Amino acid sequence: MFGNLRGSKNRQLLTGVVIGVLFGFLLQKGGVTNYNVILNQLLLRDFTVIKIMFTAVVTGMIGIYLMKELGLIQLSPKPFYLKGIVLGGLIFGVGFALLGYCPGTAAGAIGTGSIHAFFGAIGMLIGTEIFSVVYPYIKNSLMKENYGSITIPELLDVRAWKIILFILIVFFFFLSFFKFV
Amino acid sequence: MSCFFLARWSPWLVGVGIGVLVWLGFLFSNRAIGCSTAYARTGGILESFIRGKRVKDREYFKKFSPIVDWEWMLVLGVGIGSFFSAILSGQFKMEIVPVIWSNTFGRSIILRLVAALLGGVFIGFGSRLAGGCTSGHGISGSSQLALSSWLAFILFFTGGIATAMFLFNFIGGV
Repeated sequence: MFGNLRGSKNRQLLTGVVIGVLFGFLLQKGGVTNYNVILNQLLLRDFTVIKIMFTAVVTGMIGIYLMKELGLIQLSPKPFYLKGIVLGGLIFGVGFALLGYCPGTAAGAIGTGSIHAFFGAIGMLIGTEIFSVVYPYIKNSLMKENYGSITIPELLDVRAWKIILFILIVFFFFLSFFKFV
Repeated sequence: MSCFFLARWSPWLVGVGIGVLVWLGFLFSNRAIGCSTAYARTGGILESFIRGKRVKDREYFKKFSPIVDWEWMLVLGVGIGSFFSAILSGQFKMEIVPVIWSNTFGRSIILRLVAALLGGVFIGFGSRLAGGCTSGHGISGSSQLALSSWLAFILFFTGGIATAMFLFNFIGGV
């Protein structure tokens, strides 16, 4: 259906930048290109970041699984490897608190004039370069896949909609806790 | 149209909007929105200016070749979109030492930039080791109900909350 669009390299680069502009616009309007908003989330004084992310995931999962059932798209879940994800996730978290941005919000923050976000982005280039050098030495240990690209419904052997319903119920409690504010 | 000039939109509305963008990424491009590989590719592109084609021999760059791709354009777009949003609401401002940081660690520009750079190094390494960031794992991966992404999502925030508490409540509290 979208083969024409998906197949053209130049149209894909254009699609990428258009979706990116909309994404950046939303991140800034949501306040998460602001260092103080992210730090207040990590210090559990303000929950803007989690409100946005949880709502995005709930919205995203319903549409993604609907489109999958309609045969419009294929999923591309990332592979599961316990050690690397735990270690990498925690290292990411340390950096997240030191910098106050993640890769996406840092790009957005640079657009709003944040100089320290720019230094953070340079740091990310250094970090990914270091990783590209050590990758051959850890790919068979830390990054050895345990289950491949598995999803939670596949792991539990239940229909995806049951998991989606469960997450929606949790989201409903989350919403009522924050009273939609 | 006046909503475009507002400083903040409801986080619920923004969340729904980002979720819809995840749909569009899949539908139009067969891609999951993510940001961290764009940094890895940029590092490779910059390195190839110095070392030339030899960079492409590195195993990691065979997996993620150092080129401008869909995701690279997405990250560029994020900067542009955020710039326009900030200009429309009059929030564009040069910031070096943010308020929460200076309240605890003072106004030293050097200290803040070193911390930001170091934080970036951790993020760059950690995101590539975990296989994604708060966008690729946190939003797109979790939306697909990927096991890897839910684990990564939880650990990003576990590490982030613990470190922020240590920096600002423990060290900052002394």
